[in-house]
Amino acid sequence: MEQLIQQVASGLANGAIYASLALALVMIFVSTNHINFAQGEMAMFSAYLAWQLMEWGLNVWLALPLVMALSFAAGVAIERSILRPLHSAPVLAVVVVFIGLLTIFHALAGGIWTHTIKAVPSPFPQVTFPGSAYIGSHQLGMIAITIAVLLALFAFFRFTPLGLAMRAAAQNPASARLAGISVDWMLALGWGLAAAVGAVAGCMVAPAVYLEPNMMASILLYGFAGALVGGISSPGGAVAGGFIVGVLENLIAYLGNVIERATGVYIVGNGEKLTVALVIVIAVLTLKPSGLFGRVTVQRV
Amino acid sequence: MPLLEVEGLNAYYGETQALHGVSFALEAGGITTLLGANGAGKTTTLRAVCGMVPTKGTVRFDGRPVAGRPTEEIVRLGVGHVPEGRGTFTTLTVEENLRVAAYTRRDRAAAQRDLDMVFEYFPILKVRLGQQAGTLSGGEQQMLAISRALMLGPRLMLLDEPSFGLAPLIVQEIFRIMRRINAEAKVSMLLVEQNAALALDLADHAYVLETGRIVMSGKAAQIKSDAGVRKSYLGY
Repeated sequence: MEQLIQQVASGLANGAIYASLALALVMIFVSTNHINFAQGEMAMFSAYLAWQLMEWGLNVWLALPLVMALSFAAGVAIERSILRPLHSAPVLAVVVVFIGLLTIFHALAGGIWTHTIKAVPSPFPQVTFPGSAYIGSHQLGMIAITIAVLLALFAFFRFTPLGLAMRAAAQNPASARLAGISVDWMLALGWGLAAAVGAVAGCMVAPAVYLEPNMMASILLYGFAGALVGGISSPGGAVAGGFIVGVLENLIAYLGNVIERATGVYIVGNGEKLTVALVIVIAVLTLKPSGLFGRVTVQRV
Repeated sequence: MPLLEVEGLNAYYGETQALHGVSFALEAGGITTLLGANGAGKTTTLRAVCGMVPTKGTVRFDGRPVAGRPTEEIVRLGVGHVPEGRGTFTTLTVEENLRVAAYTRRDRAAAQRDLDMVFEYFPILKVRLGQQAGTLSGGEQQMLAISRALMLGPRLMLLDEPSFGLAPLIVQEIFRIMRRINAEAKVSMLLVEQNAALALDLADHAYVLETGRIVMSGKAAQIKSDAGVRKSYLGY
């Protein structure tokens, strides 16, 4: 029982990372219908920036907001300079650009900071609290920070005029222009926000997995899976999907262990976590293509 | 000085030229209608005025050349475009649809006054405020589209077939309110309509388009009473 709770708790912690990345993917998807394959590498690069700032002696709680701001600016700049000329380009051209960005950030990080893995200390103090037996303080901190970022984003989109304008631009660009909204800038802002949210994911995951250029590769897959399971068109769904995938992969491994101990037959274990998670994603998408919480648009004709 | 002045306007959809040297002028305060058959270029003319299609030629709004400027900039000068198909933000609520239309306005108090005005013209929207806009009826969505244009605080409204797909009673109501908006809120209007009889009743000036060219213009009453014109161009 104790082990089960531990597995769920650490699943939630991983899920928080997947949820952040899924949200970053969705934020670009809803306004452009593109999946940014470079999102994970951008997050990894942000994590390196944070590490570098801390190496230079900056406090982690100063470094994190600073890196978020830098990532935001970089996201806006990438959209304005690289993707702007491709607004009416065929989707494959954009995919190639995303893959290009992925390799560029990967090579840049390796070139600047080398490929040797770096240990990153957790920004959260090691404290004992009720429930410490089940969840580490870094994991708890990860969940807390992720939820705080998600709530802040939710409030931004729900309650501010700029957030409303961004939603309008994503939903109906032609009408948004007729309301005087500069849709191009809204897309760039979306890229900036996605990069900033990705930066949080990168900085939170680095202490858990060690910092290296390949750090985000599998995490991007999980984030993508989370976004698809929850519904790629729905930010809330993507977040839920991230948590679901996180918990699910741990439960599958746990279940495999239980079965192995009881019967001696090995079916699944830690090694197959990703495989089984992706099989479940395929199953969900086969049965419900818009994802579990995908938006079904009500429209009268 | 005319509020809107269009001179030698050409518009293109890819290789296809949809407008050939269209020229017209619209005086402040009036209602002008563009008539013509399907494919004559009525919608294209409205879209060209707002920079939504590539054009060549001159468009002056309030004396200012606007051809080639981005749509959102032209709109911000005070051009409210009620687009073909109504352009509803279907997943946003009615209230958000109205708020987003006032997004670029600096004068919050004026925007609030315009919101009150919208509710006076279309009380049903106040009832529907929290509802997802995609669930509104066609007539309500048309009212919402006109209201969104009003929330910009426009001096000119471009209306693209506001009667499209609506029951005659609703059309009458909407046209009655358009007349009030024109008279009370001092919003000039450029109206595109399939339903020529309806449009000529409301408008004081009319232009007739045929295959991307203006073939006739004059006072609405004159065009309406000319049986020859009605038969050859307006089909009634």
